Amino acid sequence: MTTTKSNTYFWQGNQACAEGAIAAGCRFFAGYPITPASEIAAHMAKRLPQVGGIAIQMEDELASVGVAIGASWAGAKAMTATSGPGFSLMQEFIGYAFITETPCVIVDAQRAGPSTGQATKCGQGDVMQSRWGTHGDYSAIVLSPNSVEEMFTLTVRAFNLAEEYRTPVILLADETIAHMREQITVPSSDSVNVINRRKPRAGDKAFFGLEEVPPMPAVGEGFNVAVTGSTHDEYGIRFTADPLVHKKLVERLNNKIRNHVEEISDFEDYNIEGCQIALLVYGCTSRAIYEAVEKAEAKGIKIGYIRLKTIWPFPEKLVRKLAEKAEKIIVPEMNLGQICYEVERVANGLAEVIPLNKIGGGELITPEELLAKILREAEKNE
Amino acid sequence: MSEAFSVRKYLRDLKLPFCPGCGIFTLMDAFLRSIHELGHEDLKDFVFCSGIGCSSWICSPYFVADSIHTPHGRSIPVATGIKLVHPSLNVVVFGGDGDIVGIGMSHFIHAARRNLDILVIMVNNMIYGMTGGQVAPTTPFKTKTATTPYGSFEEPLDATRLAVTAGACYSARWTTAHPNELKESIKKALRMKGFRFIEVVSQCPTAYGRRAGFKNVGEILKWLKENAVSIGQAEKLSEKELEKRVVVGQFVERKRPTVVENVYAVIKEAQVNDTKS
Ligand SMILES: Cc1ncc(C[n+]2csc(CCOP(=O)(O)OP(=O)(O)O)c2C)c(N)n1
Ligand code: SF4
Repeated sequence: MTTTKSNTYFWQGNQACAEGAIAAGCRFFAGYPITPASEIAAHMAKRLPQVGGIAIQMEDELASVGVAIGASWAGAKAMTATSGPGFSLMQEFIGYAFITETPCVIVDAQRAGPSTGQATKCGQGDVMQSRWGTHGDYSAIVLSPNSVEEMFTLTVRAFNLAEEYRTPVILLADETIAHMREQITVPSSDSVNVINRRKPRAGDKAFFGLEEVPPMPAVGEGFNVAVTGSTHDEYGIRFTADPLVHKKLVERLNNKIRNHVEEISDFEDYNIEGCQIALLVYGCTSRAIYEAVEKAEAKGIKIGYIRLKTIWPFPEKLVRKLAEKAEKIIVPEMNLGQICYEVERVANGLAEVIPLNKIGGGELITPEELLAKILREAEKNE
Repeated sequence: MSEAFSVRKYLRDLKLPFCPGCGIFTLMDAFLRSIHELGHEDLKDFVFCSGIGCSSWICSPYFVADSIHTPHGRSIPVATGIKLVHPSLNVVVFGGDGDIVGIGMSHFIHAARRNLDILVIMVNNMIYGMTGGQVAPTTPFKTKTATTPYGSFEEPLDATRLAVTAGACYSARWTTAHPNELKESIKKALRMKGFRFIEVVSQCPTAYGRRAGFKNVGEILKWLKENAVSIGQAEKLSEKELEKRVVVGQFVERKRPTVVENVYAVIKEAQVNDTKS
């Protein structure tokens, strides 16, 4: 059973995430127990040794992401998984992975915060943290699955983006998607598209510049690579005072993501062109839209939606297009409003942005609640 | 030993950033001499990890080697990932007392507990050097520092003994006034397996010496030499007599299975069971 056979399974989201990681080539996992992410660690602990990989429980989440970064520099594809409280601890190393251009995948299965909050209940309160959680100028790549199937496919994608752009990638799941069970069709391993980091050629010396995404050696390969979280030049040599070295490095690190929003973006859309009322959704809350849209259409409402699978970098052009077409954009979220402000910024008055928020107890926004909101907004229009 | 020793061949062509008279120079020399005397012509079999602080700059980026300069206190987790994935590399961690047993304390204890096969060399200059002389977990009681203007009101930590208790295979303390013993200790540790720890009591003339009332580097070194007692001698002294003394020597040497061996045994077992099922 080294690789899971292509077949249809009835899996939990966390298991699909673990299997997706293995399919993407992940051979190192480190974590610290926390609801609702613990099953990923348990599954990796069982499965990774079978494929020759290593899974280890560390003393805390700082160490978990740190050891994954070390593993990545030793040449392995590495992942860690946590929830809000652990994600907060990981922020220090996320910035480090960004500035050192260390590919790795960090799963945050969100629960209701702040702090310990409602440990077993679903929430979407970490959306802004996933973008701005660590200090300094940086850009994040954050994916948002809404099904067990996407816990698999987006985990594969997270690894591919991490390797392609040499940067940490966050899979921002939530308690509902992590814990629910659904049917999932697992592709055969040879049909999974796997991207690997570009390796340097003999004699290469610049692993931190010259190109937008420089080649990455592993330690022990004889490249004498100097890795540092301090500002450094193309060769990894620390320059802590020169303004130009800093500007050049930090601009390149951000631009290698910001200049590729379209390639990194992934979304599902429906009737953008013909809608009056639009929904902008992501993650677990998006599960309510299908029924709500069908019922709204039955009542003659012109409705469309965009479901973001990549929430960061924020697909500004796409959302702006939606704002040009729709009169109103409803943004349902299981927080007190996070992505809605981003939509408002991009819409910039072209469409009215209407938040629909629900927190506490982990209950999802239901199709009925969403439909009621759509009907109310449609009525106001008339 | 094929050729005469020169630090040059192990160092990048960069200016070293340490203050004149800093104990770090003595440690760098002792370390590179050990490497040379063990017959390593270069550092290609080594990976160095360090955190933040003057002591963490010893290897990064100055050694001609793979070096990973991590956030403050986090060198050991990164070293753990490297060693687990690439067991044949010799992983050496350098750091200050603040880095290793202040902010990084938990990683230090856990690495010793799981017997991670690495060597940690900690510079104990009894102060936070890089940030300008604040109290450290190793600062002697009543010492005036930038953040203890009336004298430190906490007892310092004995990191070398802590390493023994936590499970280290080798734990030793020397000072920069004992360069030869330090070098021999490093050589011994480099030849061993398991979690190995060497504490180097060192002078920071800039941020500590002045505050502690020393006029110059010579005075600090003289003090270190005169106040050092071997473990054997120390056993005969009372707690009172040991105050302000630096106990030097080898505190433990033992063999334990390392986490690296254990992890790979698990992988082997899982794969055997897997082909059976
Ligand atoms: C998280 C974090 N906190 C604080 C600092 C500031 N800082 C830089 S070096 C240092 C301590 C230096 O002391 P030590 O580790 O003993 O090394 P030394 O400079 O004395 O060799 C501190 C607190 C930092 N870089 N990161
Ligand atoms: S501040 Fe102290 S520890 Fe740092 S380089 Fe100067 S003398 Fe050495």
